[in-house]
Amino acid sequence: MTLKLGVPSKGRLMEKTFDWFGARGVTLSRTGSDREYAGAVAGVGGVSLVLLSAGEIPRELAAGRIHLGVTGTDLIREKLVQWDQKVEQLAELGFGQADLIVAVPAAWVDVDTLDDLDGAAAAFRARHGFRMRIATKYHRLVRDYLRMGGVADYQLVDSQGATEGTVKNLTAEAIADITSTGETLRANHLKVLAEEPVLRSQATLFRSRTAKMTEADREALRMLTEMLGV
Amino acid sequence: MGVSFAAEKAEAERLRAVFAEAGAQPLDCAIMQSAETLLDLYGEDIRARAYVTHDPSRGEMMLRPDFTVPVVEMHMSHGADPARYTYAGEVFRRQEEHPERPSEYYQVGYEVFDRGDQAHLDAEVFALFAEVLKPYNLRPVTGDIGILTAAVAGLQTSQKRRDALLRHIWRPRRFRALLDRYSGKTPVPATRAAMLAQADPMAKAGPVIGVRSEREIAARISALRADADEPALPRGQVELIDAVLAVRETCSFALEHLHDIAVDMPALLPALESFERRCEALTARGIDVSELDFEASYGRSSMEYYDGFAFGFLCESRPDLPPVATGGRYDALTRRLGGGQEIPAVGGVIRPGILLEVAR
Repeated sequence: MTLKLGVPSKGRLMEKTFDWFGARGVTLSRTGSDREYAGAVAGVGGVSLVLLSAGEIPRELAAGRIHLGVTGTDLIREKLVQWDQKVEQLAELGFGQADLIVAVPAAWVDVDTLDDLDGAAAAFRARHGFRMRIATKYHRLVRDYLRMGGVADYQLVDSQGATEGTVKNLTAEAIADITSTGETLRANHLKVLAEEPVLRSQATLFRSRTAKMTEADREALRMLTEMLGV
Repeated sequence: MGVSFAAEKAEAERLRAVFAEAGAQPLDCAIMQSAETLLDLYGEDIRARAYVTHDPSRGEMMLRPDFTVPVVEMHMSHGADPARYTYAGEVFRRQEEHPERPSEYYQVGYEVFDRGDQAHLDAEVFALFAEVLKPYNLRPVTGDIGILTAAVAGLQTSQKRRDALLRHIWRPRRFRALLDRYSGKTPVPATRAAMLAQADPMAKAGPVIGVRSEREIAARISALRADADEPALPRGQVELIDAVLAVRETCSFALEHLHDIAVDMPALLPALESFERRCEALTARGIDVSELDFEASYGRSSMEYYDGFAFGFLCESRPDLPPVATGGRYDALTRRLGGGQEIPAVGGVIRPGILLEVAR
């Protein structure tokens, strides 16, 4: 048995994660061909690397199939019910920052707050006979946020991609999505509500609270966290 | 934990027999309900509490989160008038916040659709539940959403503001935020002040995209202008609402207390008269209203549809358990589901699983 560390399997998130661990003396690398999802760990013993899609890492952590994992806070909170009982947050890695926000058409000059959104939703429902549609893939987080904000008369519609385009395509009136710079929003004539975001997310190292550990795994974890300073 | 399904089912059947004995007609309804109806009633929040599934031809369906909606639908489409119904069956609730609570459990209900004397009908339902639950030493608590509604309707402010408050009666936080803003306790948001300061807020709005039209935006801007021109809701009015919401004592004292408040808010009087008549009807059925708790805010926060009398039976030694029984009046629900018809309705449900747990 080794301590299993789950890391995003591709793209900038993977590279930045490798850099972060590398800067702390733990060298992560992909092995084999470019297409093969296999990896190696050097600099610390008893740890193996598992390359996974960032979206699967929360589930794997919760199921205890990996001991440690790097993924976005947004995915942990959306996918895991009672996330804090299943995983422990060890360190924020300082990259992959993105906010989950609610955005409406920029032309809605009368809507800047959740209070406005609720007012507009009530009028919209009365006028059109259906509840204002908000496109998102973060159903749980957004629903909780809007409930806390006292917004009624809306409905969430699922959008797994190109969410910013849904308003123009008349399949939603507003959206809730992850944004880092807001450029895509502006290009699609949308603006972010002047409220705290639903969530501020960044790449974060989590520890599974459910994964079984041998004595050797515990020792490997102790060594690793000491090197990482977490 | 530890009450078996078989025991729960047997207890549910026993209770249903008691309700049938009391004169209710047993009925049953489908487990899969149209999601559309439920979403329309409860809004998006229901998705966090109910299981949604999909049928290729009927679209989105929900496992019934309660019986009230299907029972009302059945009654409104072909029920006798008046009618009394009882049912026993499983309901399904997602428990995201409390995974330790069961997500599938029995409910046994007693529902009355009757145009007769409403105070007596409220008392009939409550007294029946009190009788059935008597051996378990539970604490009953009552409330009346109609009193709060009357208080809001009596506020010295515009109809628009009263409507907004009425719309959020079941969302206490939002209700409070609106009161605070109307009374000037929280200032107008800076973004809104800046927008209203412009002669033509739409001048630099850019392209209008989506279903919501420029005309709708303009209509809301003028509504916001009208609201900004309205005088603040006087502090005294907010204090009256607070005083109503704070009423929490036995029915007899609560009635007295609310009558004191009504000196400054006469709009409460018709609702108080209903309350008083219900107290008399309860007394006539042997309920001691000088011992019965009343909370003006009871039935407000539990995503329900009660719009008048509301009640619950709680086990005080087990605060971890949900109420053993809950019920109330839901006239407005029959109006919304009735397709142009309506009928006064009052009823309640017992959870046999909780009852068995309490009995142990």
